Amino acid sequence: MVIKLLAKGAEADLILDDDWNGRKVLIKRRGVKNYRHQDIDRELRKLRTFHEASILHRAKEAGVPTPLIYMVDPVNTEIVMEFVDGVKVRDLVSQISGEENRSLFKLIGRMAGNLHSAGIIHGDLTTSNMIKSHDRVVFIDFGLGEVSSESEKRGVDLNLMRRMLNSTHYEERELLQSAFDEGYRDTMGLEAEGVFQRVEEIKRRGRYIDKES
Amino acid sequence: MTQLSQIICLGVESTADNLGVGIVTSEGKILANEVMVHVPSTGGIHPREAARHHSENIGKLIQQAIERAKLEPSEITFISFAQGPGLGPCLRTGATSARALAVYLKIPLVGVNHCVSHIEIGRLATGAISPITLYVSGGNTLISGFESGRYRVYGETLDIAIGNCLDTFARAAGLEYPGGPAIESKAANGTKLISLPYAVKGMDLSFSGLMTAVTNAFKTGNYRIEDLCYSLQETGYAMLGEVTERALAHTGKKELLLTGGVGANRRLRAMMKEIAEEQGAKPYFVPIDLAADNGAMIAWTGILAYTHGIRTPIETSIIKSKWRLDEVEIPWL
Repeated sequence: MVIKLLAKGAEADLILDDDWNGRKVLIKRRGVKNYRHQDIDRELRKLRTFHEASILHRAKEAGVPTPLIYMVDPVNTEIVMEFVDGVKVRDLVSQISGEENRSLFKLIGRMAGNLHSAGIIHGDLTTSNMIKSHDRVVFIDFGLGEVSSESEKRGVDLNLMRRMLNSTHYEERELLQSAFDEGYRDTMGLEAEGVFQRVEEIKRRGRYIDKES
Repeated sequence: MTQLSQIICLGVESTADNLGVGIVTSEGKILANEVMVHVPSTGGIHPREAARHHSENIGKLIQQAIERAKLEPSEITFISFAQGPGLGPCLRTGATSARALAVYLKIPLVGVNHCVSHIEIGRLATGAISPITLYVSGGNTLISGFESGRYRVYGETLDIAIGNCLDTFARAAGLEYPGGPAIESKAANGTKLISLPYAVKGMDLSFSGLMTAVTNAFKTGNYRIEDLCYSLQETGYAMLGEVTERALAHTGKKELLLTGGVGANRRLRAMMKEIAEEQGAKPYFVPIDLAADNGAMIAWTGILAYTHGIRTPIETSIIKSKWRLDEVEIPWL
């Protein structure tokens, strides 16, 4: 049995367990926060754990692959989920051809559109939170996810994605973005343009700063 | 006596119930920091009544500050004032005095942002360089940090400030003024946690539901006041803690600055200390005379702005009662 701490975040720890009842799983554990009252702490960790599990499920209903959940533990505030075998999209971009990238990002755009049209905001939509596994792109880490159809929140989601394309994936940014937008339009339909406009607005707020300082 | 090369600023603070006049040098020396508090006879702050208090006392307070600093009025280089955010009538009183003084002494005028000033005086007083600041008072609840040219707001209240929540409950429960310390001392004898609404929405906070719930719980007569105060503090401060912790983790900043009047609370300080340690950051607490609204913070921020070429011509010195922290360019960082 191998148990390994993969990441330690402000919200939760990620633990890899090679043999959880015979399966390789990822455990997301929301640890105790000693600064707050233990009753508040316990209740919050429980609610947040349930909330994330339900958003993961809601995403599946919208046709977006997310890890399978094996167990939700309200006492230890853990979600035990499938360990998704694959490559992070972040690392994949530079390894595959332009054409492959185009179809990959079109698919990602369509999935993002699926989430948004189902009223789901991912909250941390970056290429580090997408895993290419066989023919699917699995979306992970809905820890900051919420249920909302506000275009501001959708815009913030897409803006984060664009910032990532403009920094981490600078070389291929134009190709990746046009493919993403094409996919997003496919599933968001008429609503897509409104969100794109909002992204421009959000970006301008940032630009104004560059110009002035 | 001060050196000739030194810049000296007189700053006027009048955003809410505190009226302050401070005098600070360009070396960060506070020569005077006179504060008068308007205490309403009943209820909360009435903007018109507070403004009347300020206009009746500002002349006296300016004189007092100049005497305390052992200066001649002619030694003052320029005047700064809190241009916003705050209560309109109160802001106008301070602004009018500042303009009159600048015109009379024939010296420049600089309008500064009240929230920026809280952060700047906090940095001056504690030596923090680029902290995540939790600014909690009767009128503001902000979690911010410096990033490319401005103080960015990572989280803030969507309705009332934490201090407003505490004060309003204290009044409803018949506790003495000011509400914060009264609640803190009652809470020390609280033992039972009463379930109250915890409202963190993403990175933002909401305190109005908490205020209503704790006030209604008090009215039922079923709870001890000590337990209500204890539960109010535990719930409200845990909300602040969560967002502050996330801002630290997100930015990777290694300093945490607690300021504003509510920052005097020992329970909140203990929480911030623990969060800072958990995130590998150093906690800084601003002394209460500089953490509450005061004139020295306006004067010091005025100095930073003035030395970076910022001037506010009288014609455009209109107050901005809704001036956001993240609208202000910060050229000195």
